[in-house]
Amino acid sequence: MAMTAESASVATAARKVHRIEVHPKASAGDPRGEAVLRDAAALGVKARGVRSARVYLIEAALAPEQVERVRAALLTNPVLEESALGAAPAAEGAELIEVHPLPGVMDPAAQTVREAVMELTGVADASVSTAERYELEGVTEAEAGLVAARLLSNAVIQRVHREPHWPGALPRGSAQEQPIRRVPVTGLADADLERLSREAHLFLDLHEMQAVRAYYREAGREPTDIELETLAQTWSEHCVHKTLKSTVTYRRTGGGAAIPGLDAPDERGARPGHEFHADGSVTIRNLLKSTVAAATFELIEDGVDWTLSVFKDNAGVIAFDDATAVNIKVETHNHPSAIEPYGGAATGVGGCIRDVIGTGLGAKPIANTDVFCVAHPDSFVEGETLPPGCLHPRRTLTRVVAGVRDYGNRMGIPTVNGAVAFDDRFVGNPLVFCGCVGVMPRDKIRGAARPGDLIVALGGRTGRDGVHGATFSSAELTDTHADEFAHAVQIGNAIEEKRLLDAILRARDAAGGPLYSAITDCGAGGFSSAVGEMGEEIGAEVDLERAPLKYDGLTYTEIWISEAQERMVLAVPEERLKVLARICEEERVEWCVLGRFGTEAKELVLRYRGAEVGRLGMDFLHDGLPTPVREAVWPGERAAGTMPPRPRAMRPSALKDALTALLANPNIASKRWIVRQYDHEVQGATVIKPLVGAAGEGPGDAAVVSPVAGSPRALAIGCGLALGLGDDAQGGDPYQMALAGVDECVRNLVCVGADPSRIAILDNFCWPSCKKPRNLGALVRAAAGCYDAAKAHRAPFVSGKDSLNNQFALADGRTIEIPYTLLITGVGIVQDKRRCATSDAKRAGSALVMVGETQGRLGGSQAFAMWGAEGEAATAPSVDLRAGCAAAGAVARVIREGLVLAAHDCSDGGLLVAVAEMLIGAAPAGQKAGLGAEMDLSLLPRCVRCPGVDTFVDGFEESPSRYVLEVGVEHLEAAQMVLAQAGVRSAVVGRLTDSGELRWGAAGLAAKVEELRAAWLGTLDW
Amino acid sequence: MVIRAAGTNCDAEMVRAFGLAGAACDLVHLNRLIAEPGLLGQYALIGFPGGFSYGDDIASGRVFATRLRERLYPALRAAAERGVPMIGACNGFQVLVQVGLLPGPADGRWPESPPEQTAALAENAGARFIDRWLRVKADGSSACVWTRGLVEREPPFAADAMMLPIAHGEGRFVADGEDTMRMLREGGRIALRYAEGENVNGSAERIAGICDASGLIFGLMPHPERYLEWTNHPFWTRLPGESMRGVTPGLAMFAGAVAHVKGEAYADPPTAAIVG
Repeated sequence: MAMTAESASVATAARKVHRIEVHPKASAGDPRGEAVLRDAAALGVKARGVRSARVYLIEAALAPEQVERVRAALLTNPVLEESALGAAPAAEGAELIEVHPLPGVMDPAAQTVREAVMELTGVADASVSTAERYELEGVTEAEAGLVAARLLSNAVIQRVHREPHWPGALPRGSAQEQPIRRVPVTGLADADLERLSREAHLFLDLHEMQAVRAYYREAGREPTDIELETLAQTWSEHCVHKTLKSTVTYRRTGGGAAIPGLDAPDERGARPGHEFHADGSVTIRNLLKSTVAAATFELIEDGVDWTLSVFKDNAGVIAFDDATAVNIKVETHNHPSAIEPYGGAATGVGGCIRDVIGTGLGAKPIANTDVFCVAHPDSFVEGETLPPGCLHPRRTLTRVVAGVRDYGNRMGIPTVNGAVAFDDRFVGNPLVFCGCVGVMPRDKIRGAARPGDLIVALGGRTGRDGVHGATFSSAELTDTHADEFAHAVQIGNAIEEKRLLDAILRARDAAGGPLYSAITDCGAGGFSSAVGEMGEEIGAEVDLERAPLKYDGLTYTEIWISEAQERMVLAVPEERLKVLARICEEERVEWCVLGRFGTEAKELVLRYRGAEVGRLGMDFLHDGLPTPVREAVWPGERAAGTMPPRPRAMRPSALKDALTALLANPNIASKRWIVRQYDHEVQGATVIKPLVGAAGEGPGDAAVVSPVAGSPRALAIGCGLALGLGDDAQGGDPYQMALAGVDECVRNLVCVGADPSRIAILDNFCWPSCKKPRNLGALVRAAAGCYDAAKAHRAPFVSGKDSLNNQFALADGRTIEIPYTLLITGVGIVQDKRRCATSDAKRAGSALVMVGETQGRLGGSQAFAMWGAEGEAATAPSVDLRAGCAAAGAVARVIREGLVLAAHDCSDGGLLVAVAEMLIGAAPAGQKAGLGAEMDLSLLPRCVRCPGVDTFVDGFEESPSRYVLEVGVEHLEAAQMVLAQAGVRSAVVGRLTDSGELRWGAAGLAAKVEELRAAWLGTLDW
Repeated sequence: MVIRAAGTNCDAEMVRAFGLAGAACDLVHLNRLIAEPGLLGQYALIGFPGGFSYGDDIASGRVFATRLRERLYPALRAAAERGVPMIGACNGFQVLVQVGLLPGPADGRWPESPPEQTAALAENAGARFIDRWLRVKADGSSACVWTRGLVEREPPFAADAMMLPIAHGEGRFVADGEDTMRMLREGGRIALRYAEGENVNGSAERIAGICDASGLIFGLMPHPERYLEWTNHPFWTRLPGESMRGVTPGLAMFAGAVAHVKGEAYADPPTAAIVG
């Protein structure tokens, strides 16, 4: 900020820490205090009252009148607040809690206050720290401690003070001498290599450590610490996906359905990269390339001409129209979110946004997505059944949502789509998926660093935060991880990233062309990964002392691998630097020249204060990773010794009670509490919102946004997650999970009006350890499903990401593995947004048409997870790819032709839940009687293998590839004709009424929509 | 002119709104304006867009407002006295009340130094960020030029169409006392209210937006710039076609102010550039 000169008299003031407290005025209310009161009550602490306040610690040479100016003009809202200098003691009988950030933890408000104080007073330097203060009345000291620890703070990033905290000085780092450290490896035996890997947190296995030893034996020297760290980062599972790229020997050892081309040779042709052996086992060379990516390249070969960049860049790119491209990426941020859910989720969002910004020559983010997997909130009691080292799932979810909210909203990117899945096996290792979609001009989808380009770092300063994030996220979580890896956790600063985005888009669109030839984000591995990747083909030399630091005292290795947030690396031709620098200064974005791309021997050369501290061949760094053969087995039956899913309850006898219970099941219940905290309207381009219907309470199947203002063309964004079908504990198979995930994603997109021939998808595998052959076997099956589904739907995978060590080691030696989780995210082109459809029922008299066949099997369904099932009904349905594709095409056509009033995919909870949701969406705000429905399933299209007619099974089973459409009587014949002509079975299964009741006479069901709505909205109303 | 700062994020749609309403619009960074305050004199309309200026650190809009008060008040006052309509939406509204431009002096005469702050947008009653579309009602007797489009348009907007989106954590309107409330009520300054039962942030008297004494300076928590096309409406797929003719209420608000500047009666601007 520009400075104002203050009077000279203040120059003599001594530097000290000023403390300012800002309290809400009694007349203005204290919603934050009230919220703490409520949340404390949920913890069992009944306080009489809670008062909140904010505390600012400002260390600067300020005269009393300057301090007063800061207090009154900057920090206090005169209508709402009162403030004072110093530390007020807690009121008589009240317990005081002050929550301060630990030294070095990102404190975005402190940065803003610092700059504003400097501008307002003209003081040349200031340090600022901010804190929250609470006074709790009517609680014991121990209760206050409980609220502080479980509700108000996280020891990983914050410290709680029970007295007003007013230090004499704010902490700062100190510079130190840094001798170059060499780590002897060439003489180490295998066991010592393994110990080194473990103790230095390198997380490299023996084969990899042996490759390192061989490299240095040949080079005739020992590695420096920074070289070892660079290898560990670059070779981490997180960065290089070594499991998915490895060679796998797979064998099915049990029964169950055989997958053609995997479990048995397929006479129609072999799968790419798969080689059968005489003993029935299969060798797959580069699993990812042979399945997910193979599908895409075969589709491109076969005429899919609208993908523009796949699997290469930070995000996949497809054509939107002749001038514009869309890019998309979905990341996971599981381990950081397990330890510090707020910061973990926020930086997950921030990182994925940077991936989108850093694609090609830069894209503008236009939408975010988020999917969470957590344990059931009511399954665990803290201090009793909650395993030590785990955060309570309610706290995890609340803080994860807050993190996504605060980052996405501040960035001005609408969060438009998502899902939450609950399963107790996520208790120690929750999953957080963050997705981002961007737009970019089609002529800017590719960039490449050129020899001679300057390495320019833009954005936030480098600190000690996030050191070892990439290796940490590749490891297994244990009960002591929160202590060991506190340094891997980060807090984001969204406004820093927003400034960065503003500057980058200006630099991209500068007169005379982009000011840089390549861009990438600093994510996992920090500068090490960013510079390493950009310079892979040409080499790079870096002077590490040039990076601006948050504080002194970082080692050169820490600078190199720090994952401090909000940084991007650009390759800038020297003659363009001046213009870039001007833009950065105008947008207040810090920049530095770290070095230069291009070395003669294609090496990575690292220097610190003039001395060479590291030199690695790019070839070894990127191609030296050994690819051992990994063993994969699929026994086809449930694994023993893993934690079972939650115990089942007795099935209610009345259909109405079962329906109400399903609607209240958190997996199905409204996520309104979450959705409403996200800004899904910013940028003014959201056409179909996550919540739809007359009162904005119906569930949207997918979102639609309008990337190009003034164009009728739009983009649908949706996802599919079929956990139950992949769960062998529920009779599932990961192969079916993959097919069903793609199927559900496609259906969600089609239901809002997407063109099924223009759908691109992404895979996110979250798996337990694949060192266990069984888990790798499951992964092989899921990957085969991805290939088959993508090929059948002609929906290419354009990007993906995996996270393969999701399990939690309990202190007693047991391990909780997460269920196999494959998230499919999809984007689909909507040719004319005015033709979009929503799921809310529209008018009495119209017909409810069920599209697709019912298989009569409860396996993998929500009803099965709650109550179980017996006999053949307990088996899981399977996906018929041909039927699924035909249904998607036909439903898209009836929507496009305007024959449909509402469309909803029939998935979690089955047919009755789908219809209930359509009616809930139709219910007008505040009024009682809305639409109802009269069901009659006598014509329900059944699959030939359907075991029989059973009202419970028909109502709640979750056969894939089905839709419920609302069709006006005037269009019924035409709509059914279109469906029949496509070979898609459909039937009228009900009529909409104005009774406000969901009735099914033959099954004795009569339920008021109002009551169903209350059950559906009530569960997650936090 | 639309003024942006670090963290502003509704600027592009506000620029588009002015454009569709018939006013050529420039986007100017606050830093540039502080360097060249004279720029303000070249524009006939000023917009303060939504977002999280400076992260909304300390409080929503605080740093943006402090910088305006300290560095640009004379230029803003000159613009107000010239009769330049100004709009602040969401974060922009939070900024305008903290600068003192809203509600502004009772007699409409701008003082030498920034007026004291007499109103505020406090944390929502539920202490939580809320994104929702809400039904709103414009006061037909208000002098506000920004709501005249909602009031004067023929044919009137259908009841279901009269909604605007909110997306904020701090939007609960609070005045510093009954005197200010009376001034607002009696001066026709409460130009926009949430409908009964829709006051989700707990604002005093369901206030969604207020104007200054002249009716030229207007601030509101909802985002009219997010409602420029009918396909932005939260349940447009269930609105009858006749409810979606011509421009949207969001665009009519900008068109009303542009008509005022041009000295014309309100008329729907052309909709050729709008799809949906």
